[in-house]
Amino acid sequence: MRLGLVIDLDTCVGCHACAVACKQWNTSGTTGPLTDYRPYGEDPSGVWFNRIRHYEVGDYPNSKTINFPMSCMHCEDADCVTVCPTGASYKRKEDGVVLVDQTKCMGCNYCSWACPYGARELDRESGTMKKCTLCIDRIYDESLAEIDRQPACVITCPAHARFFGDFDDADSEVSRLVRERDGMQLMPELGYNPTNRYLPPRINTPIPTDDVRRPSLAGKVKQWVNKAVAR
Amino acid sequence: MHPALSVIFFTVTSGAGFGLYSLTAVLQLFRLGPSLDRTQLLVALVTSLVLIIAGLLSSTGHLANPKNAWRSFMRVKTSWLSREAVLAVAFFPFAFLYLIGVIFYGAHVPIFFVTMGLIGIIFGFITVFATGMIYACLKTMRQWNTPLVPANYLLMGLTLGALIHMAIEAYFGADLQFISGVAGTALVMTGVMKGIYYFWIDRVSGPTINTATTFTRARVRLLDTGHTAGTFLTEEFGYQISEGLRSVLRTLVFVLGFILPLILVALAAYLAPGAGAFALAVTAVVSSYVGKMIERWLFFAEARHVVNLYHGAQHT
Repeated sequence: MRLGLVIDLDTCVGCHACAVACKQWNTSGTTGPLTDYRPYGEDPSGVWFNRIRHYEVGDYPNSKTINFPMSCMHCEDADCVTVCPTGASYKRKEDGVVLVDQTKCMGCNYCSWACPYGARELDRESGTMKKCTLCIDRIYDESLAEIDRQPACVITCPAHARFFGDFDDADSEVSRLVRERDGMQLMPELGYNPTNRYLPPRINTPIPTDDVRRPSLAGKVKQWVNKAVAR
Repeated sequence: MHPALSVIFFTVTSGAGFGLYSLTAVLQLFRLGPSLDRTQLLVALVTSLVLIIAGLLSSTGHLANPKNAWRSFMRVKTSWLSREAVLAVAFFPFAFLYLIGVIFYGAHVPIFFVTMGLIGIIFGFITVFATGMIYACLKTMRQWNTPLVPANYLLMGLTLGALIHMAIEAYFGADLQFISGVAGTALVMTGVMKGIYYFWIDRVSGPTINTATTFTRARVRLLDTGHTAGTFLTEEFGYQISEGLRSVLRTLVFVLGFILPLILVALAAYLAPGAGAFALAVTAVVSSYVGKMIERWLFFAEARHVVNLYHGAQHT
């Protein structure tokens, strides 16, 4: 099994709901709490597993705003695991999920240096490294209904831009989406072989405007009067 | 990268310690240069061990959770940090056996202790190599991901070691001709190597914001980072220095680290052994040490982690 996420960059609206849901669930989860520093101070900061950035792709008028959620990619060749000197960082053989054993971590930051995606953040309160667990305490919880056994970010996404599943299963929804819509890896040239994939925006055909009726002379005069007369 | 003082002090100081130990042992075991007596050898060896231990202790200073530091010996198979820790510890039994040999037999150590000294040299060198590899193995920072880094760490350690060895010889009024040649050669080689490194990292290569976001056929600009204050990522990886400060510090690295010590070493070699030569040699050590601390600070400050691409950097 190779569990991971597919993120649709076409439908993500950048609402940060996934990040908030993640923080809420995981702060009481296996690696929690996710500490906040100076929450009511001038420069509040804290540990998050999921961060959303916003980019402008292309130049005006051919530009598009892209909202870009990022969490752990659960890489196939995860350097964060190999560089860890204590063995606190590990990748589960059975499902490919990368986790940090909080009882073993010595907080040397080395794994965060090795991660190109910024998926790991040091919790300065506990002195240990924390990262996305793919909601490991949720996806295997048999007391939950089948539909709820998904990461918190996936369940909460109001735009339905996130999908969770097994990439080793060719029939799973994530595999199908990657196949049909050219799911991309981030920075493939570094060779980490991230499991998570990103679906590029769909190419939309422009809405035709040829059939829109031109205004009549009387209509133009009306428009001008409306603009000129102060209400 | 955010430069952590404890790590800078550790790499420079224990590097110098390993350099001094190796040089002292090599010079004695292969009968090179003026032969040192028991006291002189002991001073050199104890100084090197003090430097190494001080550096290693300081390296734990940047751990957020030091109570688990003992676990860092667990992953020798994959982690250079683990290998470095194990090698550094493996060095000590051999170094101490050699030290005991010197204590009992002075300048004429028997073959058993000579062998221990040689093994110590090997472990010392591999330890410094492993320290360099901690940085060089990271694909996320192109300024570190080069074989020049471990080579640089080894040469820097050797140079400082040679300078300290020269200061110790000068203190005891020994003839400085041989050791000044060694120190001078080391200074020139290390300086040129550093120049090559700076030449290399000034060229742009590696991932760009385009491959980082998958949009390789258009310009990508950051609109918003999604947070209003600093995060772990911006604090740890967002550190940047200005062009001006960088060129000033690079100049200082060469002037304090290599050029000034080279002149002082040459002058000391011409002086008759005595207080004057000692003062020059000590000044050379201090100057070079300060230069190398600046060099190590720059090594961290100049490294650009690829995660900066997500915060708007166009390339690393």
